[in-house]
Amino acid sequence: MFKKKFHAKTQRHKEKPFETRQRLASLRLCVSIFLCFLCLTSCKREQRQFSSPPSTFKSYDVTMSDIHPGSPGMPQPVQNPSDQRAFDTNEGKRLFTQYNCSGCHFNGGGGIGPPLMDEKWIYGENPENIYSTIVEGRPNGMPSFRQKIPDNQVQQLVAYVRSMSGQLRKDVAPTRNDSMNARRSEQRTERETPRRSSPPPQ
Amino acid sequence: MIETRNTTLKICAALSFVLCCTSCGGIHNALNPTGPQAQNLSRLWWLFFIVCSVVFVLVMIALLLSLRNRTGEPQVATAPVIEPPAEQERKRRNVVISAVTITVIILFVFLIASYSAGRSMTAELEHKNGLNIELTGHQWWWEVRYDDVDASNIFTTANEIHIPVGVPVTFSLKAADVIHSFWVPNLAGKKDLIPGKINTIWLQADKPGVYRGQCAEYCGLQHARMALWIVAEPQEQFNAWRQNQTQTSVTPASDSQKRGQQVFLTSTCVMCHAINGTPAGSNIGPNLTHVASRNMIAAATVVNTREHLAQWIIDSQQYKPGNKMPQNNLSDADLQSLVEYLQSLK
Amino acid sequence: MSHEEAQRKPQRIEIDQEELEATMRREREELERTWARPTGLRGWFTDTDHKSIAKRYIVTAFVFFIFGGIEAALMRIQLMRPDSHFLSPDQYNQIFTVHGTTMMFLFAVPIMTAMGIYFVPLMVGARDVAFPRVNLYGYFVYLIGGILLYTGFLLNTGPDAGWFAYVPLSGPAYSPGKRVDIWAQMITFTEISALAGAVVVIGTAFKMRAPGMTLNRLPLFVWAQVVTSFMIIFAMPSVMLASGFLASDRLIDTHFFNPAEGGDAILYQHLFWFFGHPEVYIIFIPALGFISPIIVTFARRKLFGYVALVLSLISTGFIGFGLWVHHMFATPIPQMGQSLFTAASMMIAIPSGVQIFCWIATLWGGKLNIKTPLLFVLGFFAIFILGGLTGVMLASVPLDLQIHDTFFVVAHLHYVLIGGSVFPLFGAFYYWFPKWTGRMLSERAGRWNFWLMFIGFNLVFFPMHQLGLNGMPRRVYTYLPETGWGTLNMIASLGAFILAGGVLVFVINVIWARYAGAVAGDNPWAADSLEWATTSPPPNYNFHNLPVVQGRYPIWQATADAPVVRGLSTTKRETLVTSVMDAQPELRFDIPGPSIWPSLVALSTAVMFIAGIFTPWAILIGAILAGIALTCWFFGDPNYENKTARETGERSEHVGPAPELRPKEV
Repeated sequence: MFKKKFHAKTQRHKEKPFETRQRLASLRLCVSIFLCFLCLTSCKREQRQFSSPPSTFKSYDVTMSDIHPGSPGMPQPVQNPSDQRAFDTNEGKRLFTQYNCSGCHFNGGGGIGPPLMDEKWIYGENPENIYSTIVEGRPNGMPSFRQKIPDNQVQQLVAYVRSMSGQLRKDVAPTRNDSMNARRSEQRTERETPRRSSPPPQ
Repeated sequence: MIETRNTTLKICAALSFVLCCTSCGGIHNALNPTGPQAQNLSRLWWLFFIVCSVVFVLVMIALLLSLRNRTGEPQVATAPVIEPPAEQERKRRNVVISAVTITVIILFVFLIASYSAGRSMTAELEHKNGLNIELTGHQWWWEVRYDDVDASNIFTTANEIHIPVGVPVTFSLKAADVIHSFWVPNLAGKKDLIPGKINTIWLQADKPGVYRGQCAEYCGLQHARMALWIVAEPQEQFNAWRQNQTQTSVTPASDSQKRGQQVFLTSTCVMCHAINGTPAGSNIGPNLTHVASRNMIAAATVVNTREHLAQWIIDSQQYKPGNKMPQNNLSDADLQSLVEYLQSLK
Repeated sequence: MSHEEAQRKPQRIEIDQEELEATMRREREELERTWARPTGLRGWFTDTDHKSIAKRYIVTAFVFFIFGGIEAALMRIQLMRPDSHFLSPDQYNQIFTVHGTTMMFLFAVPIMTAMGIYFVPLMVGARDVAFPRVNLYGYFVYLIGGILLYTGFLLNTGPDAGWFAYVPLSGPAYSPGKRVDIWAQMITFTEISALAGAVVVIGTAFKMRAPGMTLNRLPLFVWAQVVTSFMIIFAMPSVMLASGFLASDRLIDTHFFNPAEGGDAILYQHLFWFFGHPEVYIIFIPALGFISPIIVTFARRKLFGYVALVLSLISTGFIGFGLWVHHMFATPIPQMGQSLFTAASMMIAIPSGVQIFCWIATLWGGKLNIKTPLLFVLGFFAIFILGGLTGVMLASVPLDLQIHDTFFVVAHLHYVLIGGSVFPLFGAFYYWFPKWTGRMLSERAGRWNFWLMFIGFNLVFFPMHQLGLNGMPRRVYTYLPETGWGTLNMIASLGAFILAGGVLVFVINVIWARYAGAVAGDNPWAADSLEWATTSPPPNYNFHNLPVVQGRYPIWQATADAPVVRGLSTTKRETLVTSVMDAQPELRFDIPGPSIWPSLVALSTAVMFIAGIFTPWAILIGAILAGIALTCWFFGDPNYENKTARETGERSEHVGPAPELRPKEV
């Protein structure tokens, strides 16, 4: 009787094991393809960090010139983590309006202050340069926001400023805002190749 | 000391809030109406509830009675009936038709009751010349602006609305960012605050007391902690409160408070908060000119005490993660004096 | 035999039994070969048999149901206590959004479509659905959409703006990243899939009925599926517009919903809810179609008020399109306009009421055998009627302004959706499981299943009515202890585990019954409709000889000499197309067989919309790919994959009966 039962069981299992295995295999295949695809881009992009280390209000050691005696030191590029997070660039956009950066820089086109959406950078286009600009201030009218804007918000602003000239990845850069639009959204802005420019005349 | 007494008062207010809530009719309860709007709605509710309950019970009885003619056979084998006796079918048809007719009549009654309740709720809107308040919803707090024909009586506060008892108040509802919804169940139904549109609602409190409301349209990360208080008080008390709110901020008296004001003006606070009478004029965050006169902070979700205020300033993200107020890095001494200053802003 | 000769009363003829059996055997073998399904991995991508596709839909949708249930359990754990830190607000917001999206788009609509795809051909007496390849395409598009959503969810890119994603919260300024884009594109997938299913059901139900099945004799299950399919066709375009506009606002800077540039935030609500309200009826009406056959079978009598029931279904379908503003009563839409929607929302209770009363009348007049399917139907009555009554409360504008967007609405919607759709669905599972697998589910486990679900469900959702009246809004990840909402939330969370236990019992029951359930036979419930007139599970070709229907209850009303359809080819895939009203035979139709092209078109659709999340160029490239694949599909030979007939060279040259069966004159 056991033989019969066992035989019956294998018979039943023989009915559709191949199909089921193939079905599961193809399902796993589909899932892994999608995972690979999205893993590449989404992991960092969607991070939202609400708590950050206490603000130090210190800016980075940056050099303002490419000319130097002897050999150049090892470059110390600074990564701005906000550059890869869509939430942060969006916050940067909000803060840009709310902290009234538009008061001098308007919506990136400049006026009282220099434009931020073009390729010309007076004090450098790297994150650490822009960070210093905001925290230290600059001669010719850029106020210092030391003690006024916490570190993580400065990072968000830095990321946003870089997005205005298209330096960020398209899927991280902010999209259009819900007010009157002065220009294309940062997501659709073509990347400008940064170059150094001299300070404005006195 | 005044500080301790105010703290105690605030704790007492919060505790009585708790006690009220745990009783059957809480201060956040639609079926505990304390104003004409909510009373109207409560009456309508009871009409619907009673009629619907009766209908439900009757239908359930009919259903259960239909089960009496049953068999417990393990196999479904009873011969099916294609042509039941005509007499019985006719009786059943009459019952069904009567039931449908009664349904239609009940629905008509509901419709008329609902329509007339709705009319009486909105009919007053055009005639109100009582108090006008402009409420703007932000992520995740309420900006409250008291309007007046006399410009010197206009002031802005946040999250806590005082109204005089027995006076109709008209709210103009605006939104600064996303859709919110203004809802104080004891007083009225809700209305949405939609960007690009102005919505209007009027309500009235017939009894003094504190009525809690909460944002009722999902508005993002901290929708859950976007509450507000409506404090209804007798006319004289309200006038006194209003008079106080139109004043500029209290000048810091003690050294500690003066230092606190300096801390406020030289650190991140000044970027978002306004205190009338000081250089701080930003309207991104709630107006703090009279913050100490409010019972709660963090959009009516935290009792306004020294400890809570200090914790909130240092790390609001721990309590309300994702809210727009950043964490702050202040020394203990700075923090203490800042809190002293803020608690002096009655 | 000429047509006139055939119309004359048939003469008695002698038929040799042995020859008859030999012919039947031969025909069955030929049919098996002709209708053979491709197997293996290739088979998974090319098999167009409606039963196979429907089973895949059902399993996939049930898996999504389980996922949605897990999300619900997580939410209930979070809300069990005030100020709980089990989930962060970001996690909670993603979870409740994905829960709603999964249940509405990935479970409810597809599983109802699936039941239709499986049973409509069987119930109307057809060999297959009208458009088998479109059917396959619909399934793959659905599967890809579901995988898209869950991949996003597992990678922290799950949508977090609610299952209806109001702008401006879901717009470009307040939902950064690609979360809402994934949601918007997933909508497109599921709606295309629903449209495909709708087209298939309508074609089959109207044009492929067995002779004798006039519209007056159409089973209520099929009526429900037809009404649902029409609703799908009219409702889906609206949500595709809403999600399309949202996606384009987010991707290419349009201003559909930007008030500062001339758009309107309420436009989104109108577009969404014009779909959203019919959507819940799309979920609910097929369930009504399950209830009628179950009641007929277990009350052992004909339905009371067939015509009233059909007209109620149709009028529910129509009126359902006139209710959508009741989701928007708190917006500044003028009061007079809102009142019209109050009236319509109350009016729709009338056809529902008619149906309830007719069913109760049927039960009154029958001799009931309370097996599990009927138990679930009784549960439906208790739960759905309560939900419908709270719906009438919500229909009133002023009352709605107190309970809108609170847990009262959460209670209402779960009462009508779970009570109105999931309970009948489980009843349908117990009823039709024997037909799918040839084995019966356990009755005892069925009762445990039912009572756990019934008690658990009421424990979860009944307290929510009170919570809503006590001021608890929807979509809050936590609440203060002072609000006093803790006790009722705790009760609701405990009930959730009981409900989950009920579903677990069901899963165990299914797994057990697959291998050890009692063998069912063709018609274990002695039921009346045509799906029970073939084997369990049905052969690939459904019926050896298509039946000729003689009444609304074909098996019960079949006479001893009931005619069958003869003359359809057994060497190519052929079925009978009949007229819409009276099911008069019109023509013989070549049913398309298995093909790889639907899967490839689904893949190009996937490329178009998934890559469209990141760049608008994908729409163009994907459209070109889809165009190429569609062209290959349409120009293919319908019987391309069906090599068997060609290989064996057997082709039926004449239409009449085989020579062995020609009547010998007596």
